[in-house]
Amino acid sequence: MKHALLILTILLLAITPGYSERPDAISFTRDIRPILSNKCYKCHGPDEDARVSEMRLDTQAGLFDKAIPPVSPHNLKKSQLIQRVLATDPDIKMPPASANKDLTAEELELLQAWVRQGADWEPHWAFQPVRDPKVIQRRGDWGNSGLDSFILSKLREANLSPSQAADPHTLIRRLYLDLIGIPPSVEELDDAIQTVFDQQGHILAEPYSALVDKLIDRPQYGERWARRWLDLARYADTNGYEKDRDRNMWPYRDWVIQSINSRMPFHQFTIEQLAGDLLPGATANQRIATGFHRNTMLNEEGGIDPLEFRFYAMTDRVATTGTTWLGLTTGCAQCHTHKYDPITHRQYYEFMAFMNNTDEPEMDIPDTNIDQQHQDNLARAVTLIGELEQHYNKAGKSLETEYPKWLSEQRSRRRNWSYLSPDKMSTNLPHLELEPDHIVYASGDSTKHDVFELEYDVEATGIQAIRLEALPDARLPNYGPGMTNYEGTIGDFFLTEFLLTVDGKPVRFTKALHSYAKNRYGNQDTSAALMIDGDIQTGWSVHNGQGQRHLAVLKPEQPIPAGRWKLEMHFGRHFSSSLGKFRLSVATDDRPLSTEELGDTAESLLTIPDNEQTAAQRNILRHEFLLLAPELKEQAGRIRKLQQKPPYQRAMVMQERPLQNPRQTYRHHRGEFLSPKEEVTPEPLAFLHQYNDDLPKNRLGFAQWIIDPTNPLTARVVVNRHWDAFFGKGIVATVDDFGFQGTPPTHPDLLDHLASKLIENNWSIQWLHKYIATSATYQQSSVFQAATLNKDPGNHLLSYFPRTRLDAEIIRDSVLQSAGLLSEKMYGPPVKPLQPQGVSTAAYGSPKWVASIGEDRYRRSIYTYTKRTAPFAMFNTFDGPSGEFCTAKRDRSNTALQALTMLNDVMFLDIAKQFGKELAEQKSSAAETLSLAYKRIFSRPPTVDEMSEVLDFYHSAKDHYRSNPELANVFTGLDGVEGIESASWAVVVRALFSTDEVVTRN
Amino acid sequence: MNPISPQLGLTRRTFLQDCGVGTGKMALASLLAASTSAKASAPETHLPGHVKPHHVPSVKAVIHLFMAGAPSQLELFTEKPLLRELEGQPLPDSVLGDQRYAFIQANAGVLGPQFNFGKHGESGQEISEVLPHLHTIADDICMFRAVHSDQFNHAPGQLFFNTGFGQPGRPSIGSWTMYALGAETQELPAYVVMNTGGGLSGGAGLYSSGFLPTVNTGVMFRNQGPPILNVSTPDGLSEAIQQGTFDLIKRLNQKQFTQLKDPEIQTRIASFEMAARLQVSAPELMDLSQESQETLDLYGCKPEQASFARACLLARRMVQRGVRYINIFHSGWDAHSNVKGTCSSKATQTDQASVGLVQDLKRLGMLNDTLVVWGGEFGRTPMVEQNPTLGRSNGRDHHPQAYTIWMAGGSMKPGFAMGQTDDFGFHPTEDAVHVHDIQATILHQMGLDHERLTYHHAGRDFRLTDVHGKVISKALS
Repeated sequence: MKHALLILTILLLAITPGYSERPDAISFTRDIRPILSNKCYKCHGPDEDARVSEMRLDTQAGLFDKAIPPVSPHNLKKSQLIQRVLATDPDIKMPPASANKDLTAEELELLQAWVRQGADWEPHWAFQPVRDPKVIQRRGDWGNSGLDSFILSKLREANLSPSQAADPHTLIRRLYLDLIGIPPSVEELDDAIQTVFDQQGHILAEPYSALVDKLIDRPQYGERWARRWLDLARYADTNGYEKDRDRNMWPYRDWVIQSINSRMPFHQFTIEQLAGDLLPGATANQRIATGFHRNTMLNEEGGIDPLEFRFYAMTDRVATTGTTWLGLTTGCAQCHTHKYDPITHRQYYEFMAFMNNTDEPEMDIPDTNIDQQHQDNLARAVTLIGELEQHYNKAGKSLETEYPKWLSEQRSRRRNWSYLSPDKMSTNLPHLELEPDHIVYASGDSTKHDVFELEYDVEATGIQAIRLEALPDARLPNYGPGMTNYEGTIGDFFLTEFLLTVDGKPVRFTKALHSYAKNRYGNQDTSAALMIDGDIQTGWSVHNGQGQRHLAVLKPEQPIPAGRWKLEMHFGRHFSSSLGKFRLSVATDDRPLSTEELGDTAESLLTIPDNEQTAAQRNILRHEFLLLAPELKEQAGRIRKLQQKPPYQRAMVMQERPLQNPRQTYRHHRGEFLSPKEEVTPEPLAFLHQYNDDLPKNRLGFAQWIIDPTNPLTARVVVNRHWDAFFGKGIVATVDDFGFQGTPPTHPDLLDHLASKLIENNWSIQWLHKYIATSATYQQSSVFQAATLNKDPGNHLLSYFPRTRLDAEIIRDSVLQSAGLLSEKMYGPPVKPLQPQGVSTAAYGSPKWVASIGEDRYRRSIYTYTKRTAPFAMFNTFDGPSGEFCTAKRDRSNTALQALTMLNDVMFLDIAKQFGKELAEQKSSAAETLSLAYKRIFSRPPTVDEMSEVLDFYHSAKDHYRSNPELANVFTGLDGVEGIESASWAVVVRALFSTDEVVTRN
Repeated sequence: MNPISPQLGLTRRTFLQDCGVGTGKMALASLLAASTSAKASAPETHLPGHVKPHHVPSVKAVIHLFMAGAPSQLELFTEKPLLRELEGQPLPDSVLGDQRYAFIQANAGVLGPQFNFGKHGESGQEISEVLPHLHTIADDICMFRAVHSDQFNHAPGQLFFNTGFGQPGRPSIGSWTMYALGAETQELPAYVVMNTGGGLSGGAGLYSSGFLPTVNTGVMFRNQGPPILNVSTPDGLSEAIQQGTFDLIKRLNQKQFTQLKDPEIQTRIASFEMAARLQVSAPELMDLSQESQETLDLYGCKPEQASFARACLLARRMVQRGVRYINIFHSGWDAHSNVKGTCSSKATQTDQASVGLVQDLKRLGMLNDTLVVWGGEFGRTPMVEQNPTLGRSNGRDHHPQAYTIWMAGGSMKPGFAMGQTDDFGFHPTEDAVHVHDIQATILHQMGLDHERLTYHHAGRDFRLTDVHGKVISKALS
């Protein structure tokens, strides 16, 4: 018996890919190319460097090259390919033993049969234009649409028939889980059972279709389908690598949900994510959409080379774009020409060049509420300022005597600064731009040691002081004034040396003061004085002073003469930390060195004599005095706070580089960051469709090229991924690889039917979902069909609906929904459900996990905080992605750790206890209560059998807790009968949550 | 009707094979075994292997003591008197090349060794005074004194050592091993990770299954509470309730199976059976009262206290129970400042237990079957790190060119050392060994050929060692 089984196994395994019996006619696409690709292309394929002989088997010309020929139709003897694979002499036999790619007996047989039959050749199916195959539907055929006809025809070929429709409860639950990711409420369930089916349980097409529409219109629809997209986008709420700090990525996540809920067509969805910033008049939302490619990881470890990790982020962008839109494994060509698909090493970098000319800033998300609040605050500040004089008098001071004293002090302190504009600027890498008002703005890439060189023609002579203003700007990380965008304090800078020469002669400074200085690291010193100390390791930084203007003033040993000034500023520490925006000014007056200044307006008013001041001007100065008066410190503090603009939420976006500062892209030898070779320009993959001449060669043109309806890949890749979502397996099983190494489609006509119809329906994913969900194929029962076992063991042909284990998030959301705890609150910063201690602390810095309180603990799982180096335990256990790379298909494991999670995880226990308490409070019989629990958890009533099994358990649990009420109290925190009842129901619920049915879609 | 027909077992097998879903999922073998009523004799595994060993394995298990943060080879293993002589002077440009550094300037002065060294054992292995316990097993260990890495930052360096790639997303050595060989124990996870220092730079990526099936992920044992997440029955649930719960779940799942006939439901049932077994075997594993005081003293282990020593002792107990791959991470070696103090304190925390582990394995006759690996992600510079802004002095920066790792057990040559560096300890001069070579050698010890152990993903066959790596045959007996 055992032997027989083994033999049968081997026989069945030998027949790949396992569905239907093989027709006699050999198909090049289905039977031959996979063999050549797997066993031969590595050395006889697209990669010139790897090709060891003239023989090339990946092209038609190569295969039938008369001079060799590898293949001579109908003639085995003349076909070198056949002769070599059949050879017994190890020197001649192919593939060579060293390749470790021996052909199987079946493969040898197939190759020979193919040559015997005439060696028909076909181009690779996925690179051929999408067709719109004719639907052949006979009267009385099973099915609701063209989709079903294609399924039926394959079933017929294999002598199989489809299953009957699933029972109503199963089907409604399936529909809810698939479309909105949570099961129906009891009311929704009852309603659907009544309206969608007739008395016999047959589906009524129109109400069914209306239910599908209703579900697609639910906000939860966007939450369910956004999660799948976020797998591809490698979304996470932290930066990854060692420090793995939090990032502002969730506005992008919300954009995805909103876009899906607003039924944004997929072509627009594509263009906005790849190039939303380049659309004419780009909206804030279109810019937020570009967060797609900001999901790359950011290494913030001390001492890394930021440009090296930016390069890795670029390789990730190429790979992710390839997988997401083209179903191509472009990553292979990073180091060398692709061994299988026609992508050369150079083309890889030309592809990268489309996306490489970008900066990666954060943007303020416009928010009228914040604007209004700011206006209100300012108005309140004006009122409070008006009251200052009163407070001053109350403090026993007289404005009339103190103010004039102060004013005269200020006038004698004030220096007459004049601004300098550089006429020449250069750096090692960042781009400097002279903006209005003598301001210099730095952008682009930055290194761990940047040097800014600025030259000035200075006419004034006898200069007594230099002032450097470090200025904030919304374009800079955290508003600047620094460019630091990783590892250190974001928006800080570290100016290590300030070196000035005049006509080549160095200027010596004796003193430097700052308005503010702070170091993030320890108690070590930082000051303006350290930027004139000749030590490149020490300098001036403004930790915690981001978004504000800071000053440094320097006093030269001797007054500085006019002439050709050359200023050299050094920046950097173990991370890049240059100044992003600054201005230089000089003063010739002989005043004590000071950084003291009034606000901009008030400072300039100091020059106007009292008798020439207008009332308004005088008021400004008097208010400035009052705001600075030590007696009014508290009031002034409140006013200054009101005057500050409340921060906008920021989003990580992509932004095309300015024309003056394009980023070059190079081919990198062996894919190594440190081996750049020749420069390349953006070029599309030539073996695909045409790049329209009208399109610009930038990200926008690239996005439009990708989504062009003549692209043979994108529509197929997209419909296939959605098919995979509904049926657990793609029509092309390798959802991420449509290249030569991918699996050929089980239903090529159906794939093209769906792809062409998707484009016809304006790339509407909602159309696609409805088309699938209303098909008879989808509506089938999921009971295993015995007849299928031998003919189609993998159920590739879908003679019944494939059960699949649910995604981690759907499991959690369903359980929350069953327990009546699921919050409907949408959007916003990520939240933290309960999870066991000791999970988050495994990451660098051992961060604690503080669970959210209130309804935030029970939000949809898409809002759960995602930390790359310490993923949320339950999601991790159920194969959730870590957000470290593009995931087109999740694993679906079935493990003991999952069992332990469902039983004992604090999050599920909390849910079970609350649900148990609610059930205990039901004023109904145990049987009625259990029926309710069943409907909530399984979307169906219990069978008689189940009812008695579970009630037995309930009663024995209750007896147990009755005899051990203290145990019930420990479990539920409740006393007496309440505790016993709650505990008894909670353990019932806990067991029900642990069944296979809860984690599976039937 | 027998709920599991032969066809169903077969179907599941076929299904797993050709759709790639569920490969390596639990209970396939037991399912087949059960279906043929040969349960009693057939060996069960919950995690089947996918590769027959390429050659006879030398060891059954690997214990990798990963010293995260990069220990200083110049304080621990390699005496360089010239550094003492040249203290404060920069290295010649000819030595430096164009190496990039994390924190220091390349022209920083050199720092002399902070400890005295001696030759130990009959083999005369050079080891510093700060590792007194290691002296005693000098003749049992095999030292690589010229190991080099591609990475010079911690997270990339740790990921590179453990997964063969400097960015997260690839399978760890342990995951490759699990994927290839499967599990021998059903009572415990077969790939266990412990972390006894601070948080890890490389994060969960260090023991991730990457693109391999997720069941091959290392299971992190916690230092507080029950070691395996959720393994203990919550408070307020008695044994009776727990048992009743398991029984009820099984009956309900069985009914579902009777109705739908999906073999995956049988796998779920098997998962719960294993979960129940874990609830027993995990506490048994952790119960160190079975160990003699003499054994505890050998490791320097206090049973109630989570420590590197306890993790080492647990690792030995795990190997005895069939666990195949054990990672113990101990971080804190990152001596950018005060390299002397860092080495002293870290040596105090790890020396006795690392050595105790080797001695214990040896006396129990297990060292022949167990490979112990000790080392970090890279080494430390001959040059000093001083940085007033960061408050650092007398430290060393990261140095990927040459550092030291030791291994013991299996077919590693005992009392053997290979690899030499120049007088500055900067570059290898003889028998350099790359991290990929170490990886190839670990796999080799497990009976796996690193060039043949491949997995098809994203359009190509991936290997732990990419296209590099050579088994260090010179160090194998």
